[in-house]
Amino acid sequence: MSYELLRLTWWALLGILLIGFAALDGFDLGAMILLPFVARSDIERRVVINTIGPVWEGNQVWFILGGGAIFAAWPMLYAASFSGFYLAMILLLGALILRPVGIKFRSKVDDPNWRRSWDWLLFVSGLVPSLIFGVAIGNLFEGVRFSFDADLRMHSTITLLSLLNPFALVVGLASLAMIALHGACWLNLKATGAVRARVYGIIPAAAIAFAVLFAIAGFWVAQLNGAHLSVPMAHDAPSNPLMKTVALIRGAWLMNFRGEPILWAAPVLAFAGALFAILLRSRPGYAFIGSALVPLGAIGTAGLSLFPFLLPSSSDPNASLTVWDASSSKLTLAIMLGAVAIFLPIVLAYTAWVYRVFKGPVKPENIVSESKSFY
Amino acid sequence: MDIVELSRLQFAITALYHFLFVPLTLGLSILLGIMETVYVMSGRAIWRDMVKFWGTLFGINFAMGVATGLTMEFQFGTNWAYYSHYVGDVFGAPLALEGLMAFFLEATFVGLFFFAWDRLSRIQHLIATWALAIATNFSALWILIANGWMQYPVGAHFNVDTMRMEMTDFSAVLFNPVAQAKFVHTVSAGYVTGSVFVLAISAYYLLRGRHRELARRSMTVAASFGLASALSVVVLGDESGYMAGLNQKMKIAAIEAMWNTEPAPASFTVVGLPNLAGRKTEFAVKVPWVLGLIATRSIDTPVPGINQLVDIAATRIKSGLVAYDALLKVRQNPKDMAARATLDAHSADLGYALLLKHFRSDIQNATPADIANAAATTIPNVPVLFWSFRIMVGLGFWFIALFGTAFWLAGWRRLETHRSFLWASLLTLPLPWLAAELGWIVAEYGRQPWVIEDVLPTALGVSSTDAGNVLFSLIGFALFYSTLLAADLYLLQKYIRLGPEETLGRPVSAPSVTHAIGV
Repeated sequence: MSYELLRLTWWALLGILLIGFAALDGFDLGAMILLPFVARSDIERRVVINTIGPVWEGNQVWFILGGGAIFAAWPMLYAASFSGFYLAMILLLGALILRPVGIKFRSKVDDPNWRRSWDWLLFVSGLVPSLIFGVAIGNLFEGVRFSFDADLRMHSTITLLSLLNPFALVVGLASLAMIALHGACWLNLKATGAVRARVYGIIPAAAIAFAVLFAIAGFWVAQLNGAHLSVPMAHDAPSNPLMKTVALIRGAWLMNFRGEPILWAAPVLAFAGALFAILLRSRPGYAFIGSALVPLGAIGTAGLSLFPFLLPSSSDPNASLTVWDASSSKLTLAIMLGAVAIFLPIVLAYTAWVYRVFKGPVKPENIVSESKSFY
Repeated sequence: MDIVELSRLQFAITALYHFLFVPLTLGLSILLGIMETVYVMSGRAIWRDMVKFWGTLFGINFAMGVATGLTMEFQFGTNWAYYSHYVGDVFGAPLALEGLMAFFLEATFVGLFFFAWDRLSRIQHLIATWALAIATNFSALWILIANGWMQYPVGAHFNVDTMRMEMTDFSAVLFNPVAQAKFVHTVSAGYVTGSVFVLAISAYYLLRGRHRELARRSMTVAASFGLASALSVVVLGDESGYMAGLNQKMKIAAIEAMWNTEPAPASFTVVGLPNLAGRKTEFAVKVPWVLGLIATRSIDTPVPGINQLVDIAATRIKSGLVAYDALLKVRQNPKDMAARATLDAHSADLGYALLLKHFRSDIQNATPADIANAAATTIPNVPVLFWSFRIMVGLGFWFIALFGTAFWLAGWRRLETHRSFLWASLLTLPLPWLAAELGWIVAEYGRQPWVIEDVLPTALGVSSTDAGNVLFSLIGFALFYSTLLAADLYLLQKYIRLGPEETLGRPVSAPSVTHAIGV
């Protein structure tokens, strides 16, 4: 396999991992965001938590594997984005750390204050990552302020406040609505009684909120300065991001769509998924598939729009990271691709089996009768 | 403190916190597998209840391990950006493979372990428990392959075009002998931790005369598994020492506080007072031959002393400067083939030249005094290593003695009658954690000033973020982790005090056969 094709494949795999995370862990995050609002009594809240109880831990590995895979396949992207977005990453980690302990510890003490405190911490554990992921994606379109010296050490002047620009906030809210919608569709499928009745009403609101925010971001992005390669670059050169020239051009982020109109399928899929979720909400399995298509379409749209850029620099556009100059060596990409080709199908197979084992809705009466064996 | 010190302190705190939870997960998962196997084979329901009770404690600890592990996966990027760039091509691979091949399995099957007792057949559930245990240990393998490469960076070369280390031989990274030795030593330490945990808490119940059926059986399992593990942790620790003797001679010399090369075979200093400023060890009590045998497995190979190793470092710095000079030439003119050839010939020492960056940025103009100063920075903190190592080893032998006694008493069915033994078991509870943390201090603090031995100095690995940001996150992690640890310890002691009946919400099953496996 050529270096060019390996890089392209790993770009696609990066997308698959992010979409896998949003589609499979997204509903766990979404359920936690909805927890304080759709579940009022302790038993209702336990219903919500136990819908994700046996599966969320495996889902979270999509996030961890995403981090590991970016490290292995796109080390410069891993280094530049995580250190550049330093405080945002620390907040993200803090929120995600709350989740394993919150889910495990909450039910271990039978005290209303203990449990209410964890409920709100679990809410934070869902809300903060959903927002930050969106804000991070939004900032890719705005471009971030970084450059490299001759040793390829990155220097950046990014601050937490500079990340919270209006466009990125819109994308952050779109991401939040997407995750909340997915969580609602999950609870619509797995919860029962009053909880299900409440999420049923939330689905249209979340879906419409997502569609509106996604559309606003789409119109806005046409006004932004997008990165564009002034001179075509080699696709198989050593990974050194100082060997190209990049211009910032207004509207450049839509060039790929103009060149290949078939790519419009991605944003259409995001809207269609949201629409399916609304229309099919009385058939929860189909509505859930609809809400799972939203991240596929939305993250796909972002990736296709940015291609070949991974992390554009607004202060030194030539230092932007692209698919062609920020990857691992050919050997590492090839080995890791082999591992993914063998093991990702195995992961998907046993994950599917585990979901089958835990098939069926979570009922309050089961939690009451076997209180000690549930969260 | 500058950003390097803050970043190191943050990494040390978050890693040492993480490793409070990892060893118990490693050991207890295997013990759960053993207990459940006994349940499935014997059909005695008390063994199932043991799995569920110890499993509850396992779960509380597991959640903390997962929570603190998240930081570890991302902290290389946030705080060690140049490190991530410089070695990500090699170091990232085992981390990603850990997620793909081990942690996915572990995290998916842990849900089955806790929630699928009624949804799976007995055999299926047993398989799920063992999958959890094996995946947990497999996870440790990948992490130690990554860590082993930091100690002994094989299978990679420096690529001047990308300014980083790149993989040349994946199987060398995979079958790195240092990684193999560290893996078996580390998981054995985890097994000891799990065994001490079960032994100590069972002893607590027996001292109180509570839950005797469950405690006695748990103790018997812990005694035999613990004895085997305690023996292997010492034997395999010796293997680690031998491996370090092959490539990290400075670490060995520092652990021994051996300032000058001794005639072979070197003697082992049992205790003494290392004096850093005077470069000597006072009041040393020495045993002849032992160090030479451990570090070289021969009686005629000398073990080099610290002062001699500093001299070697100075030579390598000079050779590294040749490489650095060639690197600058290639940067000026990428087609300068002569400079590329010079760089290749000296690239093994390039990292040594980078040690000079601590003293000046234009290292090509280094003076002999700069070189001598940089060579001296290759000495790690001798007293800390000297004492950490001795306490760790002493504890290792104590565990052998304790489990040997437990095994002997269990064989004679007299575990309950010796109250002094039960007290000794209970009081040993915190010690495996102490030993494990000291082990990591020896391994990582002993590698300084390198983050990748001989390749990249620690100080160069950090991100170029604001020191204020790192101070903020450092304080945040310290407070946040400590609060979570307090909650974790509160829950553990609460469920230990409540005991198995309250934990399960029903009486523990009688130790009689409730069903028979088809004979």
